[in-house]
Amino acid sequence: MATAENNMAVSDEVAVQITGMNKWYGTFHVLRDVNMTVQRGERIVICGPSGSGKSTLIRCINRLEEHQQGQIIVDGTELTSDLKNIDKVRSEVGMVFQHFNLFPHLTILENLTLAPIWVRKIPKKEAEETAMYFLGKVKIPEQAHKYPGMLSGGQQQRVAIARSLCMKPRIMLFDEPTSALDPEMIKEVLDTMIELAQEGMTMLCVTHEMGFAQAVANRVIFMDQGQIVEQNEPKEFFNNPKSDRTKLFLSQILGH
Amino acid sequence: MSDISYVRDSMLPPSEPPGAQTGVVKWMRENLFSGLSNTVLTLVGVAAIYYFLQLVLPWLLHGVWYANSLSECRSIIAENYGPNASGACWAVIRLRWYQFVFGFYPPELWWRPTLNFALLFVALAPALFSDNLRMVRIMVGVVAALYLLALVCLSTTPLIFVVTAVLIAALFGVSVVAPMQLIWVTLLFPFITIYLLWGGSVWSSAMGLAGFGVLAVVYRLTNDRLGVVVATGVGVVAAILWWIFLAGPVAGGLASVLAFRLEPMDSDRFGGFLLAFVIGVSSISISLPIGILLALGRQSDMLLIRSLSIGFIEFVRGVPLITMLFTASLLLGYFLPPQTNFDLILRVVILVTFFAAAYNAEVVRGGLAALARGQYEAADALGLDYWQAQRLIIMPQALKVAIPGIVTNFIGLFKDTTLVNFVGLRDPLIGITAVVRSDLDWKGIYWEPYIFVGGVFFLACYGMSRYSMYLERKLKTDHR
Repeated sequence: MATAENNMAVSDEVAVQITGMNKWYGTFHVLRDVNMTVQRGERIVICGPSGSGKSTLIRCINRLEEHQQGQIIVDGTELTSDLKNIDKVRSEVGMVFQHFNLFPHLTILENLTLAPIWVRKIPKKEAEETAMYFLGKVKIPEQAHKYPGMLSGGQQQRVAIARSLCMKPRIMLFDEPTSALDPEMIKEVLDTMIELAQEGMTMLCVTHEMGFAQAVANRVIFMDQGQIVEQNEPKEFFNNPKSDRTKLFLSQILGH
Repeated sequence: MSDISYVRDSMLPPSEPPGAQTGVVKWMRENLFSGLSNTVLTLVGVAAIYYFLQLVLPWLLHGVWYANSLSECRSIIAENYGPNASGACWAVIRLRWYQFVFGFYPPELWWRPTLNFALLFVALAPALFSDNLRMVRIMVGVVAALYLLALVCLSTTPLIFVVTAVLIAALFGVSVVAPMQLIWVTLLFPFITIYLLWGGSVWSSAMGLAGFGVLAVVYRLTNDRLGVVVATGVGVVAAILWWIFLAGPVAGGLASVLAFRLEPMDSDRFGGFLLAFVIGVSSISISLPIGILLALGRQSDMLLIRSLSIGFIEFVRGVPLITMLFTASLLLGYFLPPQTNFDLILRVVILVTFFAAAYNAEVVRGGLAALARGQYEAADALGLDYWQAQRLIIMPQALKVAIPGIVTNFIGLFKDTTLVNFVGLRDPLIGITAVVRSDLDWKGIYWEPYIFVGGVFFLACYGMSRYSMYLERKLKTDHR
């Protein structure tokens, strides 16, 4: 995998600030006292065993999940039950899902222009130009008039990334973007993400692709049982894990 | 010691499948006579078909079209095919078709329902074939041609002949130049219908239409401050106030200046297929949007809206349609203030619409349930608000899944319009047939009217069914 230069600027500006956040599903305590600050331009990889709450954590950042305690401030806007704030945050934060979640009844181009036209109120022609630009960036402009069902998994995921980028987001969230893909297609998606990182996008990425983490992340966060167990720079994190739980996890995913 | 190493040195090219397996004998052997039990079943089936045809075919083939009474029919058949021959007497349809079609609408005004029926298809064309302009043109062209043909057959005054012929030709012209502009006919169609079928001054219909204008203006003014739901509510209240207090006097005032009056027609003159189509088309077109709103209401997070939706759906689904029709004809009369002259057909339309809406709501809910959670999440994550997500993402997919169920409801509803017979309206199947059969000339006739009415219903329902299949094929984009 291409190694990105890790000299991308991280500014002092805060992109996401999470303080003392708790979340329950019914009586089940999924996220426990999470504190986290993300600087603008930072690229964070979140890993951990399944059920550790890592997906739930990033889904709280654009309020696909509601938190019950604590504070989440995204781009200076606090997430409360105020719908206006939620819509504001969502239009600034892009999200890429494990199962792509493209709209199957719309063509690729329509998938990309829908939100810019209806949420940003951009004229259709301009939105289509932007869409073609980003389709070019993810290297599938020739698929613009096909439907999602006609594309391979890797292509669909790249379309999903382009769809988020069309909203010109300031923060991108990735929820296990490669775990539903065939091995041959993982690389094309990771390459797209690396390119995005090199352009200085603020990224929070839940993934088990440790190569990706080593290549682009400034920080790796390890979660277990709804808590942040360890975080560090990638090199330190992989070579010199501190907690036993992290060591066990790393030995299991890197073991063979 | 065996060697497990293997390397393919050349990739195989694709090849033809084994020789085509066709031929009539082979097909019959496989499908009809593949074993002892299948052979027996085939022979029994053939015998049953033969028996049925041998009963029905002579009756159909001996049909008589020209006679003035049933006894005349029978004597013609006896004369031609022997004393014991059976035969259909289609003459009754030829002589009394107008009652099946128009009920008791006066003959000199038949052009009004005919024109309205033609306009119905003009109005449907842009809605049914929004992305197939050629079909819109064909449909409007055929309708225009058929209408002109009908005009020649109906005896109308020259003025009406010229005006309506020019109108329908103009609509065809529009369909050639700018087919989608016909959507205006679609939007105006309810008011055109009320004006053409019930007559009166054009201003009554126009002021009814203006109520929707009031709704739109109030919504536009308040939407920014109050949000979609409240703004719609305020708009509806304003429109209702307009209809109750202002529409009547304004229409009266305008009518006294320039009336454009058509002779008013009472609801009890309606009957036959005219009645079935009025009730069927209006209930079908209003019940779908109401059904969608009820399905969304049932899934709402707001307790009040959810309970009201569930209550409405469960109550209406749990009550037989006939009960609702009796309610329409009797109970509403008690609840409404005295001297309100609330048209019986209108009441029936409202209750049949509610009935169909409850069923549609459940079918749409099934469509919603078929949607993956990810679709909602993707719409949310892109910043679409609730109504945008519903309109652009959720409903197009949910309705596509629900098409077969929705069309089944529509077909059922259309056939159920015959039940209005029980509240004294003359539906084609029971009401009009009874009228025809009580004529002394036709006493004793049985099959022919029912077959005719059944055939017309079949055509209408089969048309809906074919359209739904076309729609499903057109919307199939998921390539599963």
